[in-house]
Amino acid sequence: MYLTKEEEHIYEGKSGESLRRAMEILVALGDIYEAKRLIPIRSVQVAGVSFKNIGDAGLEWISDLKGRVTVPSILNPAGMDLQHWKDMGIDEEFALKQKKVIDAFERMGVSADCTCTPYQIYSGLAEKNDHLAWSESSAVSYANSVIGARTNREGGPSALAAAIIGKTPNYGYHLDENRKPTHQIVVDAELNGSDFGALGFLVGKIVKDGVPLFHLRNRLNHDELKALGAAMAASGSVALYYVEAVTYSPPTCAKPVEKITIDKKEIDEVYELGSRADADIVALGCPHCSIAELKGIAEMLSGKKVRKDLWVCTARKIAETCPHLVKKIEESGAKVICDTCMVVSPASQRYKKMMTNSGKALVYLPSLCKVEAGLGSTEECIQCATEA
Amino acid sequence: MLEIKCHRVASGYATGQSLATDEPISFLGNIDPETGIIIDPEHELYEKCVSGRVLIFPGGKGSTVGSYIIYQLKKRGKAPLAMINLHSEPIVAVGAIISGIPLVDRVPESLLKLIDGTKITVDADRMSILIYQN
Repeated sequence: MYLTKEEEHIYEGKSGESLRRAMEILVALGDIYEAKRLIPIRSVQVAGVSFKNIGDAGLEWISDLKGRVTVPSILNPAGMDLQHWKDMGIDEEFALKQKKVIDAFERMGVSADCTCTPYQIYSGLAEKNDHLAWSESSAVSYANSVIGARTNREGGPSALAAAIIGKTPNYGYHLDENRKPTHQIVVDAELNGSDFGALGFLVGKIVKDGVPLFHLRNRLNHDELKALGAAMAASGSVALYYVEAVTYSPPTCAKPVEKITIDKKEIDEVYELGSRADADIVALGCPHCSIAELKGIAEMLSGKKVRKDLWVCTARKIAETCPHLVKKIEESGAKVICDTCMVVSPASQRYKKMMTNSGKALVYLPSLCKVEAGLGSTEECIQCATEA
Repeated sequence: MLEIKCHRVASGYATGQSLATDEPISFLGNIDPETGIIIDPEHELYEKCVSGRVLIFPGGKGSTVGSYIIYQLKKRGKAPLAMINLHSEPIVAVGAIISGIPLVDRVPESLLKLIDGTKITVDADRMSILIYQN
């Protein structure tokens, strides 16, 4: 990989050890993925935050780190609500270690916003054609597909190295040649809300790490795009997709040969994967709820009381923006949970079966949390939580 | 003495005895981070200790948490002195860099068959491996 004089100096250690190691990570990855040079990035989202995922080994590394980030940087979701972790049933030891992880990132200048939806809380982190180094798979998909920015899916150390240097190696989704669609997906039916999570659940399995181009009847809103991308990044490793007449267009007009049709029946079958009758918890907000979603949930819960635990996961900044909605939701007995979600928190493991409106959670709850999962629309989820 | 050209991944210089395998290593799961002993009974290096050796293997696999396990090994004094891969992937590359362990790759496959305990020098900055034959 070509390095400028200044980058070469850093690589040789003339600007100190922290910068040298950060540069060495970028160069090593650049060599592995055959990047020709480093490119400046606008923002970073750092992975490896939940103590449940990184464990003592990750905490040890993060605690020893020195250096400062040079571009705006925020965090992936943590393993608990950083303020109300006791209400989630998180134990003291986990909480202490999780806080140490967050403190270490803050010392380096990373903002302690823990969310999978950075684009919902800050508008200045990413715009069309910006290069980024983001980590969380659904955020990466949203940035590439809906915002039209360019990012690979970074790991913890590579994201932090990019944040310290302010650059990333130019490979993968930063390059036009890797942003061409690989499959066409046709759905000839009207879809709604959680149907897009179910669709993503199916398509991710089919296209794996491909780039699907959708032909849909609907004009999806931002929350539906968020749900579709998140599910495909979980059941497959889709980091970029297109929806005809909705998202930005692909860099080439040539359409991929492989054409797949998904019918309504297949989508309906995703809802039947888990029976919904015996769920002992309901969780919404994977990815984190937008203000519009909180508003919808608050309206559906109006005048009702929950009969089983209901979690509504969102970013702390969003909850702080609309305290009236949080209050309305919590009046029903539901909990608005910030900084974390059902997938990355160990709190989920206390339950046997979780009902959710998220295609992404439907993938990860059984595999990462050992909790059975069932999919329903937001209305069905609220019904499940409020009816005996 | 035999010199082999290689490619630098993580800077540094070390001389020690080799430990080679032609099976990839998942640092999360295959190795005990407290002792450096391979604990996976399915692995060719089962019950062998990577500590203080020049560890030669095709590359890493498995969870990215493996990078942090390499760091734990280093802090406990249980890490390999240096590592050699056919092709380094991000888990081992990042693990070596954050731990300050010399790592090189792009070497001939025959190195995976090197007899255990052969004296070997890894000079990552000069992109050179020296094998001392008895």
